[in-house]
Amino acid sequence: MSGYGTMPATVTMGVPYICGQCGSEISLKPGDIIQCRECGYRILYKKRTNKVVQFEAR
Amino acid sequence: MGKDKGKGKLPEHLELRRDFVTCGDRLNFNVNTITSANTFNAMGVDNSWDFAAFKDSFQIVINKMDREVMEFDMIGCDPAIANALRRILIAEVPTVAIEHVFMINNTSIIQDEVLSHRLGLVPLLVPPHLLEPKLAEEAPGEKNTVVFKLDVTCRRKPDGSLENDKVLTSQLEWLPGGSELPEETTCRFAAGQAHLFTASAADAAAASTSAAFAAAAAPPSPLGSTSGPYPRPRAVHGDILLAKLRPGQTLQLEAHATKGTGKEHAKWSPVATAWYRLQPVVALLKEVRADSEEGKVLLETCPGLFSADEATGLLRAGNARGHEMVLERLRRLLEQERFSSCVAYRKRKDHFIFTIESSGVLHPAELLAQALDILADKANNLRDKL
Repeated sequence: MSGYGTMPATVTMGVPYICGQCGSEISLKPGDIIQCRECGYRILYKKRTNKVVQFEAR
Repeated sequence: MGKDKGKGKLPEHLELRRDFVTCGDRLNFNVNTITSANTFNAMGVDNSWDFAAFKDSFQIVINKMDREVMEFDMIGCDPAIANALRRILIAEVPTVAIEHVFMINNTSIIQDEVLSHRLGLVPLLVPPHLLEPKLAEEAPGEKNTVVFKLDVTCRRKPDGSLENDKVLTSQLEWLPGGSELPEETTCRFAAGQAHLFTASAADAAAASTSAAFAAAAAPPSPLGSTSGPYPRPRAVHGDILLAKLRPGQTLQLEAHATKGTGKEHAKWSPVATAWYRLQPVVALLKEVRADSEEGKVLLETCPGLFSADEATGLLRAGNARGHEMVLERLRRLLEQERFSSCVAYRKRKDHFIFTIESSGVLHPAELLAQALDILADKANNLRDKL
């Protein structure tokens, strides 16, 4: 893991979000306006975890 | 057996009470079975259970049988046996059903938990005897687990129509080599299961057409048989809707099926349900003229059940089987004393009309055979412990 001083990968790469209106994917960095670049909608959703989640089929 | 066996005969009214349930307009009478050996001792009649007599009188008559439903008459046995058979069919004959769902991605409207529950209820065409039941502490592997994959994404096609907007059970894909995510699922196959299911697609198609079952006398086909080759594991019905998707939504998951019984969860029950009812009998208590007022009403409200004897002009009660709707109307008529004094609606206590509706995994005849084996095992187990 990165220690103090180096930036986490998400700061440089940006975190992907999904627009609540048009469904397009947007990458946001700290300080960016929370707004969809395609349609201007201001509600964005964080993506689902990429970990596998186990459920009991009951 | 009893020394008076066959000597004395019960008076008719007691015989009626012993052998029939009498149906009144509101409730039924004489519903309990008389099982004590000495109930009729005072009349010199031995009521003890006699194996030889049981062997002579017991009958099973198959009325209809196809791939999914079987109806048979079981005549001459105790309700305890019929009910044991029913309960074993529902709760103790094993099948294979999805037990663990590993969600990789689900952007659809249906929640992970709800989708998992729906997947669990899908009947799977996997011969249960090929798998061992998985104990809680056991690691999943090729002996006890069948792995399916579902990977569907909905898209809008160039012509504007939607692709994969409905996710059906036919899209469940069997993974003969086991889990594709062994790290996450801890399910590791050593050699894979491809050798277990070798029947060609043509065999499988033949097995799933009802034509193969048209001859009821023919032995159960590959669907229900316990000898191979077996078709590739799939859902019994390919047209069950699992989820609906909109463009861009995605479902990615792995489903691990294990063997179990209905007493743990209904998803493992091999029957849609299994039930029995008693043989209905309608009897005339006294002579009723077909042109009398009561006779006319009975003929009119119960068509097919009653008929007029042309020679004598008297009413005759026909076979009550197959006139179920009419029987309910007759029951309503029994509210009136003028009808209840001349017609009796009864049910035979030892004649069970048994119906088995298979979920489609096993042939109903095979289910019955397995249920009887389980019942015999229980009886043997009890005997050994006595």
